[in-house]
Amino acid sequence: MEASEAKIKKQGASRLCCLCNQRRPVLKRPKTLQQICKECFYEVFEEEIHQVIVKNGLFKSGERVAIGASGGKDSTVLAYVLSELNRRHSYGLDLFLLSIDEGITGYRDDSLETVKRNELQYGLPLQILSYKDLYGWTMDDIVKMIGLKNNCTFCGVFRRQALDRGAALLKVDKLVTGHNADDIAETVLLNILRGDIARLSRCTSITTGEDGPIPRCKPFKYTYEKEIVMYAYFKKLDYFSTECIYSPNAYRGFAREFIKDLERLRPRAILDIIKSGEDFRIATTTKMPEQGTCERCGYISSQKWCKACVLLDGLNRGLPKMGIGRARGGVNGDHQKETKKPASAARSLESKQCGSLDF
Amino acid sequence: MACNSSGCESGGCYGREKENGCKVVDVKETVRLCVKCKSNEPMTFGDGGSDDGRFCAECFRSNVYGKFRLAVTSHAMITPSDNVLVAFSGRSSSRVALQFVHELQVKALKNYEASRDRSLPVFGVGVAFVDESAAYPSLSGGMSDAIAWVRSTVLSLSPPEKDLHVVPIESVFGSDSVEARDRLVKLLDSVSDETGKEDLLLHLKMLSLQKVASENGYNRLVVGSCTSRLASHVLTATVKGRGYSLSADIQHVDARWKVPIVLPLRDCVWQEITRLCHLDGLKTVELARHPQSGINDLVSSFVALLQEENPSRECTIVRTAAKLTPFYFNKIPETDDSCVPMATQRRLKKFNLKYDGSMTTEAFCPICNGPLNGSDSSEDESDALYDACCSSCRFQILPQEPSSLDHFGSLLPHHMISQVKHHQKFDSQTYLREKIKDCLLLDDEEAV
Repeated sequence: MEASEAKIKKQGASRLCCLCNQRRPVLKRPKTLQQICKECFYEVFEEEIHQVIVKNGLFKSGERVAIGASGGKDSTVLAYVLSELNRRHSYGLDLFLLSIDEGITGYRDDSLETVKRNELQYGLPLQILSYKDLYGWTMDDIVKMIGLKNNCTFCGVFRRQALDRGAALLKVDKLVTGHNADDIAETVLLNILRGDIARLSRCTSITTGEDGPIPRCKPFKYTYEKEIVMYAYFKKLDYFSTECIYSPNAYRGFAREFIKDLERLRPRAILDIIKSGEDFRIATTTKMPEQGTCERCGYISSQKWCKACVLLDGLNRGLPKMGIGRARGGVNGDHQKETKKPASAARSLESKQCGSLDF
Repeated sequence: MACNSSGCESGGCYGREKENGCKVVDVKETVRLCVKCKSNEPMTFGDGGSDDGRFCAECFRSNVYGKFRLAVTSHAMITPSDNVLVAFSGRSSSRVALQFVHELQVKALKNYEASRDRSLPVFGVGVAFVDESAAYPSLSGGMSDAIAWVRSTVLSLSPPEKDLHVVPIESVFGSDSVEARDRLVKLLDSVSDETGKEDLLLHLKMLSLQKVASENGYNRLVVGSCTSRLASHVLTATVKGRGYSLSADIQHVDARWKVPIVLPLRDCVWQEITRLCHLDGLKTVELARHPQSGINDLVSSFVALLQEENPSRECTIVRTAAKLTPFYFNKIPETDDSCVPMATQRRLKKFNLKYDGSMTTEAFCPICNGPLNGSDSSEDESDALYDACCSSCRFQILPQEPSSLDHFGSLLPHHMISQVKHHQKFDSQTYLREKIKDCLLLDDEEAV
């Protein structure tokens, strides 16, 4: 490592971008530490994503594709790059923006404005679905009822279904999300820490849900978060950059800090974690649970009722702990006493991460 | 929070300690009893760890020893005809391993002397201490004292007598100590990545242990790695892209080496080990360690942080990794060993504790001995060493300049580089042809 750093410093001293050898370098590429110019950065960034799309066969010509758009940097850059690559390489895709309004005042309403601007800037039709319309509850209402402990579970479960519903409304063939390499590396670590071998085997897949209602893919699987930020910064893309106001000091924070430190020591470690995740020897028998449909709403579910219906039922009946922790009562659990030790339920939840990557 | 049971009887509950900032004396119960035997007073170690003040000294000890013995018997780690070498660093984990193996041996000797037909021999035990001062010059100051201490410790653990082998790490290069040291230093200097250097030393350490074990007739190498150590290893392996080979490293048995490695303390946590040392007055020696830097150090700190947040995190990490599919060599290999007692042979066969040693379907990295994933093979066949290594060793140990690879290869110990010569790119056509060649009528390959 020291040898290559020295080599890079030497090139910096020669003051030319190490890719084109023509222009002045203005940045150090987070993934490789190469000192390159803006134009070359755009080129490698976009080209790498294009290669990921092609090598993994993510799209077919003529497909209608919805981009999960939150207004944040990942989805904004995704919308920008995807529409650019669609044009440049003639993917032949019909692109849409799909946004979910969880009903978080002072956060989501602001980021939605960004998405509305993106609609105009990128010329992509936008569809917004709200928790209020779909479920009758906003996250503000939910947090008022249950506090800040399990709110991420509700939001994650609801959002997942909302995206599928929105995708169905738009009659799209595929959903793309802006999950980046850092997200996936964090998820791999979290699943190891939590003992979730089944999720561990699925979380590195670039496409998931192929046997479900709408397949989803993550073109940014190998794209570093730092590079996404860099791209948005240099291209002066319009995005909303605050964290959700309800995000707790979640367990994911541990993994995130660790990965940041790791990246400083060895940038390629992020990709190495993903590689490990892909290479883990996990017996195929430990994978997916049996797939059925929810009796209440018809959504895909491995239990009698889908998680969203269970949670919703709990909210509507004033029993917000339903569906949190182990199944112990109600429709899905056995009909025995509901009194599970609250400490263990809370603990199993504290160790359960915000459901945003519940793929 | 280790204690979440509302029925917790112990007064020294970690959760409550935390809340009040001082030990809570349970007012309801004036007499605290061991939760297991319910007759003795529980031990308090006062180390702020979980489960403090729950077990009496005897039950605590028997819990830990019980885990050791279960691991040994259920994985056929040590059988009567074996000759076992214990890797001893002087620190707590290997001190406990050595102690437990000694106790097992003492018991076997007692049984042997008491039995009429003396059919079951007593397994032999040797001890190996690796002297790393050639790699870490800062250790050389205290080394002779440490070695003297190790010697007296091993002496105190008899009968039965145990041979002590002090192994300089540079011995992998040969017996000429000056030349060997020189080669070691040259090799380490040519590795620019700090983490790579540390890991290379670990591989060399294992090689030196293997060397002393096979040269002295041992057929088992006992390593004292505990759950906590393995938890760190799970994470370091993950962040270095070694997800494929991970399951090979964390099982109870690792028989890909000439002398199979066994981990009898795999199910014990660090806290239990340090407490046991304290309880039994087991002395340890802490050499002024070269501080870990780089990724290994980062992961250790991370795990320590996670442990603070939840004391059973290490166990969960190892449990998750244990769900990964092990390799065929994670069992004691079947050997045509006529001196293995019949009863033992029958038992081993019955519980499927061995594997057919002739089955070798994996290729291994010459440096770390990790099984190679098919996807690791490089695209260009420029250099035999580069091709033969796993992607992690390629990045952190091999020099980045292709022109330096040859020179680097010459610096590696013979054992590692000889693996490269044998490593051939797997050609399925050739392989298949070898299998059916005796039935082929035409020599001409085009006849296919």
